[in-house]
Amino acid sequence: MKTVSLISQLIIPFFILFTILYGCARRVRVYDCFISGAKGGLGVVIRIFPYLLAIFVAVKAFQASGAFEFAQELLRGVLEAFHVPIDVVSISLIKPLSGSASLGVFTNIVKTNGPDSLAGRISAVIMGSAETTFYVLAVYLGAVGMKRTRYLVPVCILADLFGIIIAISIVKFFFH
Amino acid sequence: MNTIWVLLIVTSVFFSFLNGRLGEFTKSIFEGAKSAVEVSLFLLGIVSLWLGITRIIEDSGLIHRLSGFFQYFVRRLFKNIPPEHPAITSVTLNLLANFFGLGNAATPLGIKAMQDLKTLHPGGETITFEMMVFIVVNTASIQLIPFTVIGILADYGSKDPSAIVLPTLLATFLSALFALGILFAFRRVLK
Repeated sequence: MKTVSLISQLIIPFFILFTILYGCARRVRVYDCFISGAKGGLGVVIRIFPYLLAIFVAVKAFQASGAFEFAQELLRGVLEAFHVPIDVVSISLIKPLSGSASLGVFTNIVKTNGPDSLAGRISAVIMGSAETTFYVLAVYLGAVGMKRTRYLVPVCILADLFGIIIAISIVKFFFH
Repeated sequence: MNTIWVLLIVTSVFFSFLNGRLGEFTKSIFEGAKSAVEVSLFLLGIVSLWLGITRIIEDSGLIHRLSGFFQYFVRRLFKNIPPEHPAITSVTLNLLANFFGLGNAATPLGIKAMQDLKTLHPGGETITFEMMVFIVVNTASIQLIPFTVIGILADYGSKDPSAIVLPTLLATFLSALFALGILFAFRRVLK
């Protein structure tokens, strides 16, 4: 654990140091290179912005309207049948939609159920193994302005669904 | 994405009408707009930073060494990337950043990777299979140690916060494999 954490902390500083030293050794004007590369950043963000705006507005509205709670109620029955804690519903639904909101929901589950409870552990594994799918889609598709995404979105949604089932089964297998 | 967006907006208006939350609906769309601006500003900083650093990698020729080194892994997953193409390096750097949980580096490098993948099919507005593989691997979030999650578990007094590391790793790998499996199945069926 400690070593992995240390390695993770070292990677970025060393990577940057190595890149710059390598550039200097190759007699590249490193500073000017950096500036000319960084200039492209504004263009990228301007291109992504409308995609981000669209998805953020939709997700916030979905949460505020009460549609989110309704979806939770619908799934509650399914999970109860499989003896899965109800709190898992909220984390599973929020994780693909919003990173900051899912962190809030996760902290709340840990606070109310305890960090070593089944609900706490399942949510922890979901937090670690799922991604904010719609944000990733908005940013990466926006960056290259793709209009036709073929079957990508259904694949991602199916993958998220299976990811959550896998996470629940693994925690049940490991801790029970 | 079109369907998803329409679905989210229409159900939101419908439910806010049913629940008498129309005021909240209006408030929430402005909040959404505000957080889009905040996230974009944050992205502006980190994307420019990493584009600056990757430019040094490209101009110094380091990219050829790196792509030569990583080719083997990446070309197994992405069959149509020619050898020594810059996409090999950006894809690998993004996957490595994800693996070590370096989110602030992973997103900008992923954006770079998407742009590099696009140079293989310039002008196209239809997503390529390589881009789909890349996005699916990214949404599966392959991460060695989920530090934030462990931190929260430890904060709330878990006896063994790192107990979830192995299950998370296993879940992540299985769901990534599953996701790729679904993607390849879709390609086979829809061909």
